[in-house]
Formats: sequence, C-alpha cells, structure tokens
Amino acid sequence: MFKSLNGPQTIGNNRPFWIGFGVVLALMLAYPLVADAYSVGNVAYMLIWVFMALGLSLIWGYGGILSFGQTFFFGIAGYGYGVLAINLGGGGMTLLALVIAVALAALAALVLGYFIIWGGVGGVFIGIVTLSATLVLAFFLGQTAGPEWHVGPARLNGYNGMKGMDGLNIPWFDDSNVELEGVSLYYVVLLLLLLVYLGLRVFVNSRFGNVIVAIREDAQRAELLGYDTRKYQLVLFVIGSALAGLSGALYTSWGQFITPASIGLPAAAMPIVWVAFSGRSDITATMIGSFLILLTFQTLTVYSQQAALVLMGAMLLVTVLAAPQGFMISVSRAATRLLRRVGADRPSRP
Amino acid sequence: MSEILRTSALCKRFGGHDAVTDVDLIVERGEIHCLIGPNGAGKSTLFKLIVGTHIPTSGSIVFDGHDVTGQRPYERVKSGMSIKMQTPSVFRELPVWQNLQIALQHHVPPASLAQEQDRMLELLDLSAQHAKPAGELSHGQQQWLEIGMALALKPALILMDEPTAGMSPDETFKTGELIQRFNAQGLTVVVVEHDMAFIRQIAKQVTVLHYGKVFARGPIDDIIQDPRVAEIYLGKTHA
Repeated sequence: MFKSLNGPQTIGNNRPFWIGFGVVLALMLAYPLVADAYSVGNVAYMLIWVFMALGLSLIWGYGGILSFGQTFFFGIAGYGYGVLAINLGGGGMTLLALVIAVALAALAALVLGYFIIWGGVGGVFIGIVTLSATLVLAFFLGQTAGPEWHVGPARLNGYNGMKGMDGLNIPWFDDSNVELEGVSLYYVVLLLLLLVYLGLRVFVNSRFGNVIVAIREDAQRAELLGYDTRKYQLVLFVIGSALAGLSGALYTSWGQFITPASIGLPAAAMPIVWVAFSGRSDITATMIGSFLILLTFQTLTVYSQQAALVLMGAMLLVTVLAAPQGFMISVSRAATRLLRRVGADRPSRP
Repeated sequence: MSEILRTSALCKRFGGHDAVTDVDLIVERGEIHCLIGPNGAGKSTLFKLIVGTHIPTSGSIVFDGHDVTGQRPYERVKSGMSIKMQTPSVFRELPVWQNLQIALQHHVPPASLAQEQDRMLELLDLSAQHAKPAGELSHGQQQWLEIGMALALKPALILMDEPTAGMSPDETFKTGELIQRFNAQGLTVVVVEHDMAFIRQIAKQVTVLHYGKVFARGPIDDIIQDPRVAEIYLGKTHA
C-alpha cells in the first residue's frame, strides 16, 4: 500500500518527505487545541477550496486539459446540496444531500466531458467551452430572484443567494445527529482531504496515471500504444470535476449559503491562479500552494481587498516568468537537490 | 504462408493532391517487407492509413482477416498492429523506463513489470539512460526507444517508418539484427527505408511506391536489378 503512494507522478517519494508529512499532519490535528473556534472554522473554510484545486491539478496538470469549469461543478454541487438539504428535511439527511450533490456534479462532468472529448474539442477551445458553461450557469442562477424559481421549498434567490439549508450532519449511533461545525467540521474536512490526497497519489502513480501523463505528452502516441485516450480523459475530467463538486457542497454546508458570485468569471479564474502558482503538475504542490495562497489572500484582504488582488496578480506574474512550473514545484526541486547532496533521497522507480 | 495485411485499391486525397492511389499491398505473415520509393512517394501516408491516423478516401484495409478500415488506431493496435513513426515519437518529458512501462503495462502483470522493463532496457542498450527524460536522448537512442515501445506491445505486425534515420552505420546494423531477431520469433515487419544496405540486410520482399502508386514489387534481388527502379531514384522517369 505504502509503495503505491509513491511513483514518478508525485514529488516526495522519500522518507524525509513522509516524515515532514507526518509532522504537518500532527500539527494540523493539534491546531484546534491551540486556536480559537473562529480560526479553526476559518482554516476549515480554506481547506474546503483545496479539493477544487486538486481536481484542477488532475485535469490540467496531469491530463493537459485546461478546464475553466471548476466553479461550474462547484456551483452544481453547492446549489445541489442546498436544494437537497432543504427538500430532504435537513438533519441527518444532509449527508445524503452531500453525496447526491457531488454525484450530480460528476454526472454533469460526464455529459459535458463526453461532448467535449468525443466531439474532438481540443486545446484552448476546451477552456472556452467550459468557461461558457460556467458563465451560463452563473447568469442563469443570477436571474432566479423571483419566487417562481424554487425547487420544493428551496428558493434560489438570484444574486441574493440561496440560504436556509442545514449544515452537514452525521447520523450517530443513538439515532441522534452530530452537526458538523467549528472543530468537528474542521476534523471531517481534514480527514476528507487526507483521504482524497492519498487516494489521488495512488491514482496518479497507478497504470491509469501512467496513461494520463502519456496522453498529456503526446495523445497520438498514447493511442498508438493501444489506449482509447478519450475514455481516459473522460474519467480524469469526471474525477477532477467531482472534486470541485465536493468543494461546492462542503462550502454551502460550511456557510449555509451560496450565491452565483461563487461561480462567475472572477471565481472561475481563481482555481487557475492557485494551481498555476502552486505547480499544476503535482498534487502535493497544488495542495500546499493553494492553501498558502488562500491564507495569504485572506490575510491581505483584511487590510485591503484591492491590494490583495494586485499582489495576487504580481505573484502569478512573477511565478510565470521566474518559475513556470510553479512556485511550490521550484521549492520542491531545490529541496530535492539539497537532499541529494546529503544523500538522503533516492529517485523512485517502481 | 498466409497474408496478414492486405490493402485494396487504397486511396488518400489531400485537397487536389493524390497522396496514395489504388495501392494494393499484400504482406505475408512472418515476412520482412520493405516499402521503398523517392521522397513524396506516399510511403508514410500509406503507413498512416494502415495504422488509422489517416482515414482513406476510398479502399479497404484487412488485417489478420478482419476489415479494419473504419477502426480507430487504438483498436488496430489492440488487435496486433504496432508502429514506429518517421520522426521519433516518444514521451519526451517522461523518463526512459516510464516510456517503456507505458507500452509494457498492457500485457505484463505488475509483479514482473520491473523485470521486463530491465530486459527491454538492456536489449535496447539504454540501461545507463533509464532515468533520463526521453527527450534528452540522442536521436538514434530515441529511435531505439520508440522501436522498443512498439515491440513491447508484442504485436503480430510492426510498421517501421525509417527506423534507422539519423543512426550511425553501426547502430543501423544493430537495428537490422534486432528486427531480424524479432522476425525469427514470428513477427511480421513492414519497413519504409531509404538505406539500401539496410534493406539488403533485412528484406526479402520489396514494394516500390512512386507518385502514390505501386511502381514495382517482388523479391529484393529482382527489385535492385530493375533498371526502372534505379531510374526513379535518380529522377529520370518523370524528367
């Protein structure tokens, strides 16, 4: 099992990495013991976005498909969770609402991905098609302010946003529900992120992952090695988009609120910025980099939102010019060189 | 011997240009068949039609008894066809061993994948370069790697488009030996080449293409002595 976590598609295949990983995990687990409830909830909020970034890393960094549609799937699952949580009666049914909401995002990705990939849409046009779908959804939801726009008792509310859904509850053994908020939500999100991260490591280092990076490098050569590249790309697109859906459902559950602004153009550009800055071709770089960039952005926004946006733009510009593979990847490479010098690292070749 | 590949009246038209016209090619199982002809004769286009990266304007392709004309390239590869392209087509950013693994993982179980990889690396004389990105190999080494990837699929028929381009005479001879070794194990080989010494080394049957049409065909010794073939190589026929 441990062996399958390491491979050519991930950085950090050595003992020092996993020791560092264990230390960071322990610190994350201990964080609620030393921080106040607001800060813990805030970190949970930032971790929620990381799923979407990981999904984009998978689609774009590993698969070579630049999708502008992450917030499309985020929105489908976010609104889906709201509608389902209200209609199913809230409480323990919110867990089912979350699962169905993510499945709806995956289904939407299956349909959209099928038409894109089987339709032979390639390169920059995939970005245009996915961005169009995102903008259509955002504009559609924006004009749902009237009372006629509802699903059962769930009002969509246009740009004012949808509200009134319960936060995520987990059914407990004595027929009661544990409502996830603050520290408990933090731990659930952290556990989910850990599972998703480790699962993705196994996935990208598997035989399937081998084919995915081969398609990114040269799709025709991959097909001439006997792989139906369309099926591989579609599976990748669905998984990456479903992760955006997971972000969306968790986001709505966290704030019990969602608006079309979470889907529209500025929101749709953000995952691209996080992933490009972090290093799109590696899930570890994306996970750490996206979290750090969210943290930086939020910290700066307290002082000035405009200054935060300008600084984000500058960071992206510097990254593209100085470290086109991504800031975190460059840091990782420097660390690897250092480790090689002291003889601690061994290149992995499973 | 039974035939493994037959193209019938195969045509490919690009705009107003006929790249391949009415080509009937028959390849017998187990033979090494060479396709020769001047530049622009349609050899590479014919390969692309056979493997499915180009769709024919008309005509049919039968491989191993099945009409594969409408099949996608991956389906043809799965049914036992393999190709080495004209320009080295390897995954340049990926290490050499991973290039081979992507081809090998089709039919080699995970437990013996590393062992099979090492065997192929040794066979291709690339053991020392196994961790290098494939794009950093020399041109000749990239050719070998791609040949290795094509052979790793354990095909019944391999199409090789100029497998020795850019190789030294020594490397060219070794490539010929490699092809003959796999041929002795039952692999059918169709090769496009310009190097006559190499063709003499490996081929028994030759088809000559000229202006997209079959110009001549027959045993290698007859083709070499055919004055018309010498003429088209020297550019006299249409002068």
